[in-house]
Amino acid sequence: MSSRTLMQRLFEPTSIRGMAPGTKVIVYAILFFWTAFVLFPIYWVFITSFKTATDVNAGPVYLPFIDFQPSLHAWKELFVFDYEDTLRAYMNSLIIALSSTAASVLIGSMAAYALARFEYKPKFGTVLMFVLVMIGAFIAVGRFGVDWRLACASGLAVFVFLAMALGRYFKARLSNGDILFWMISQRILAPIVVVVPIYMMFQQVRLLDTHLAIILTYTVINLPIVIWLMYDFFRSIPYDLEESAQLDGATRIGVFWDIVLPLSRSGLAATTLLVMILSWNEYLLALFLSTSQAQTMPILVAAMNAGERGILWWSMSVVIIVMIIPVIVLAIILQRYISKGLLLGAVKG
Amino acid sequence: MATTETPVRPGATRAVSSGGFSDWLDRNAQHIFIWPAVVMILIFSIFPLVASLIMALSRIRLRGGSYQVRFVWFQNFEKQLFGSEQFHFLGTFGGMSILGWLVAALVTGGIVWWIVSYVRTGFTAIGFVGRLFTWGFCLGIGWLIAATFFSGHPFGTLGTTLFYVIIGCGVQFLIGLGLAFLCSLPIKGRSFFRVVFFIPLMITPIGVGYAFRMMADTTKGPFSPAWQWLGLGDFAWAADPWAARVFIMIGDSWQWIPFIFVVMLAALESVPRDYVEAAQVDGASSWEIFKDITWPQVVPVAATVLLIRVIEGFKIVDLPNIMTAGGPGIATESMTLQSLFAWRSLDLGQSAAVAYLLLFVTVVTCVSFFNLVVLKRLRG
Repeated sequence: MSSRTLMQRLFEPTSIRGMAPGTKVIVYAILFFWTAFVLFPIYWVFITSFKTATDVNAGPVYLPFIDFQPSLHAWKELFVFDYEDTLRAYMNSLIIALSSTAASVLIGSMAAYALARFEYKPKFGTVLMFVLVMIGAFIAVGRFGVDWRLACASGLAVFVFLAMALGRYFKARLSNGDILFWMISQRILAPIVVVVPIYMMFQQVRLLDTHLAIILTYTVINLPIVIWLMYDFFRSIPYDLEESAQLDGATRIGVFWDIVLPLSRSGLAATTLLVMILSWNEYLLALFLSTSQAQTMPILVAAMNAGERGILWWSMSVVIIVMIIPVIVLAIILQRYISKGLLLGAVKG
Repeated sequence: MATTETPVRPGATRAVSSGGFSDWLDRNAQHIFIWPAVVMILIFSIFPLVASLIMALSRIRLRGGSYQVRFVWFQNFEKQLFGSEQFHFLGTFGGMSILGWLVAALVTGGIVWWIVSYVRTGFTAIGFVGRLFTWGFCLGIGWLIAATFFSGHPFGTLGTTLFYVIIGCGVQFLIGLGLAFLCSLPIKGRSFFRVVFFIPLMITPIGVGYAFRMMADTTKGPFSPAWQWLGLGDFAWAADPWAARVFIMIGDSWQWIPFIFVVMLAALESVPRDYVEAAQVDGASSWEIFKDITWPQVVPVAATVLLIRVIEGFKIVDLPNIMTAGGPGIATESMTLQSLFAWRSLDLGQSAAVAYLLLFVTVVTCVSFFNLVVLKRLRG
């Protein structure tokens, strides 16, 4: 891989042969067409947020101050009259997205680092036994109505007993690769498969409609992505540095915190941005797990289709606009660290 | 470190002297690093998977705040695959047309050819068993499409989901790659383009759904004069199955092309410039350079990003829900949406069964793709 940085590449003369003028025109035509395709819906949403119901319903008007008189009524409605609901959803979204992003990036990169640096050899038999015992416990809860605390505790007890009694007979072992594959493959699980049980789970521990429930869920669904992206990033960092730090007496956790994480800034920044976007915009899980108190912004947007009044295009546009702001702010903050772009460390292997 | 003459370096003394808790932490670092992730994934994947399976195998009724669960084995799946919900999930079957038979024959022939060529080139037991799933799945899907789409019958949510995933992700990948290639060319203003092209990814999918619903409105949308002029002013795209599907696909592409664009751009830019310059000196054309030098270098990234996109593509729910609510009829309903609707009508068993079918389809597709494409590309 070339050692030149992005900035150097941007400013150096990049080609020996310039492009033919004809080609250049076509290239620019395509790029500007796509710019228009990308920006026009955003522009339309933006101006719709300043339209009144009559402006929207009378047919299309395109230019503020020329076609129509922009009005702030939709903004006022959301931020002055209904500000409690809007601000609550906004704060919910911010709290949930930021904490779950922080948690999943931290926990995920810890796990990714562990898989990149340590060697794990769990016994296949023990793992299988654990899964079977737990399935047994769940079936006991689901079919025979055993109390779930009792079932989990006795399941764990049975597992510990069996592991001690039979553990030494198992020979086959799993490797880091298997653990990694297991963790990453969790991303394949469509949320709809697990959402109802997760709903029931949080109902049992009385956490429904709280921040904690949604934060935990988002953290877990984003863990696979973090692990996937960070694993290969960590592997591309030379081990020597960490070894010499350890010889100097640094602890493993100190090495991870003071050396590895700063070194992988760019990967962390890209991963954080991606995870933040995913949890900020998530809809399906929030729909199930929140009813009123913990409602997030996507739910608020979806609720703009208010029955008999039809879709409140103007209010909905306001919400869409204000929803982009935090993501853009985060992107600007992180942008200077993302030198090689999203994902690249992860997939070069 | 030249000044340090003591055998033990300062840092080490500190670590030893602190002892106690931090020492314990250090010795168990191996476990402390990985257990949080393992425990969380275990709780949120094994339990819900088992619970979902139990639900999929039961008939569940909500009576006065409590559940009534009756175990019915595979009745829910039977209903989806062969029973009264067949039209909803698989599609409507009738006679097969000539075109349908032709497509079915083509699919079958293709798979037989694939099996034969695999058996003749190299053969391992595990590889064969694994591929059996892929072959069976491809055969089933091929016949399904031949019997519904190519025979003029409507297909169900499975076909719609696969349409979003296969056609949608394919289009997104090609456009994303093309844009990334153009932006990797030495042109002025590419920093501007790369920022602008990234924006749609930041917008919430629900918002994208509404925005495209506005775009597509033939009476109030920005393009309505154009529609009027074309004489299509009364055309309700939401009432036409294919127009509705394509509109949803366009919305989805608008949002996700940036993802592929960003990743592929980074990959294209990491191709060593020396190779490209050497080829240019030798007088290779741009297309030759792309085909022989750039593409082989970025193919691992391409395979991985496509896999990520396919995984996420199967989960599509926001756009059809917002833009058409699954309509007209069931034409734009994805499997997740079907499951969501079943849940809303409190039919938890059917909902879980559809979700499990989705899981099965996703796993077979993704694992096949991973083993047959991604791994091969990563190994080179």
